[in-house]
Amino acid sequence: MSSIGTGYDLSASQFSPDGRVFQVEYAMKAVENSGTVIGLKGSDGIILAAEKLILSKLHEPSTNQRIFNIDKHIGMAFSGLIADARQIVQIARREAAEYRQQYGSSIPLKYLNDRVSMYMHAYTLYSAIRPYGCSVILASYENGEPVMYTIDPSGISYGNHGCATGKAKQSAKTEIEKLKLGQIPCKELAKEAAKIIYLVHDELKDKNFELELSWVCKDSNGYHERVPEVVFQEAEKAAKQAMEADSESDTEDM
Amino acid sequence: MVLESDNDWMNAAHSTGTSIMAAEFKGGVVIGADSRTTTGAYIANRVTDKLTKVTEHIYCCRSGSAADTQAISDIVSYHLGFHGMELGEEPLVEVGANVFKELCYNYRDSLMAGILVAGWDKKKGGQVYSIPIGGMCVRQSVSIGGSGSSYVYGYVDANYKQDMTQEECVKFVTNTLALAMSRDGSSGGVVRLGIISEKGIERKVILGTELPKFYQE
Repeated sequence: MSSIGTGYDLSASQFSPDGRVFQVEYAMKAVENSGTVIGLKGSDGIILAAEKLILSKLHEPSTNQRIFNIDKHIGMAFSGLIADARQIVQIARREAAEYRQQYGSSIPLKYLNDRVSMYMHAYTLYSAIRPYGCSVILASYENGEPVMYTIDPSGISYGNHGCATGKAKQSAKTEIEKLKLGQIPCKELAKEAAKIIYLVHDELKDKNFELELSWVCKDSNGYHERVPEVVFQEAEKAAKQAMEADSESDTEDM
Repeated sequence: MVLESDNDWMNAAHSTGTSIMAAEFKGGVVIGADSRTTTGAYIANRVTDKLTKVTEHIYCCRSGSAADTQAISDIVSYHLGFHGMELGEEPLVEVGANVFKELCYNYRDSLMAGILVAGWDKKKGGQVYSIPIGGMCVRQSVSIGGSGSSYVYGYVDANYKQDMTQEECVKFVTNTLALAMSRDGSSGGVVRLGIISEKGIERKVILGTELPKFYQE
């Protein structure tokens, strides 16, 4: 990734001599410029958490949300260019609605993931267009099973127990790997998710941020929604306490 | 040329003046039909199979125009086959019923089709969906259709029980169809049965000579 394109990076429809498509790799770079987003699989559902960086104090709290509803049972979180991601949201919503219209039941996440990743992949094939500058996480809870996928700008998608994209994806992934994914109930997992977002937030580079938390789980009847105010407050409190405990132990060490 | 105008049955469409039925039991569904296809008063086929495969676990019982219902079930079979491949698993019965409904409703002005969709899936088990002329779609635990059905609504209401065993359900469907066939002039022949469960379908035929008898004779 460190080398520059030397003329082979101007178009998404051309390989470099060593077999890379630079435009796609640049799109992945665009993803790494935005706030961290994570998805965690619990025993009874999935938690999505986003670090929404606040670019201006003049913005209202609900602007530029990073977690969306695709269908009543599907949530999507993204990192990367907001405008690009919103187009993906729109496409996914249309796919979900058309499925419901044609087949009379809600779209299986596996199927939606196939459709959306195919769509994103198509944008890596032509010279006249650029790839999407965003990664998305799709989550749902269907037939008592939590399901989650991530899709990269390249159109590759993976099924996940836990995932992270954005600025601090590496350190977030390290934290996520410490958890017992698939075994913790969502109410507890909300706290862990909040902790990770607070932990990986870089206070020096980005001052303000807003935590976004949503879930699809048994407690929400399989619907994707923002976590209830009580759960949110508890999670945020736990995260802040963990941060304080952390900084105290740091000073003790000195 | 006198021949053509005098004998309406030579030009009349084949239609399945029919008795069809589907009923849920514990672990699956039983579907059944008579075997008579008529062209006016003429029996064009006395051993018709009106139980048509859509996917491994979804079948439909056809009534109305034989041409229309065959065409529809072929189209739905194609759609669900494709959808199953995309999905990587078998389509749900409710999805199958919805595809039938979509066609029957959108082309309701040009179709004569009354269809029962029945099958088994791991989400909801055995299911029966009724799609009468006009393109409505409704789930029922037991449903009857075709011209013969009018004679046996009372019998079905009086004798259907939730969560019957497979044997009880097969007996119930056979009796109902035998009664319908004996009263309805455009139903008859043999009783064809299908038992759909997790294992797939098991087909049965009850010959005209083996049909259950009631007070007559």
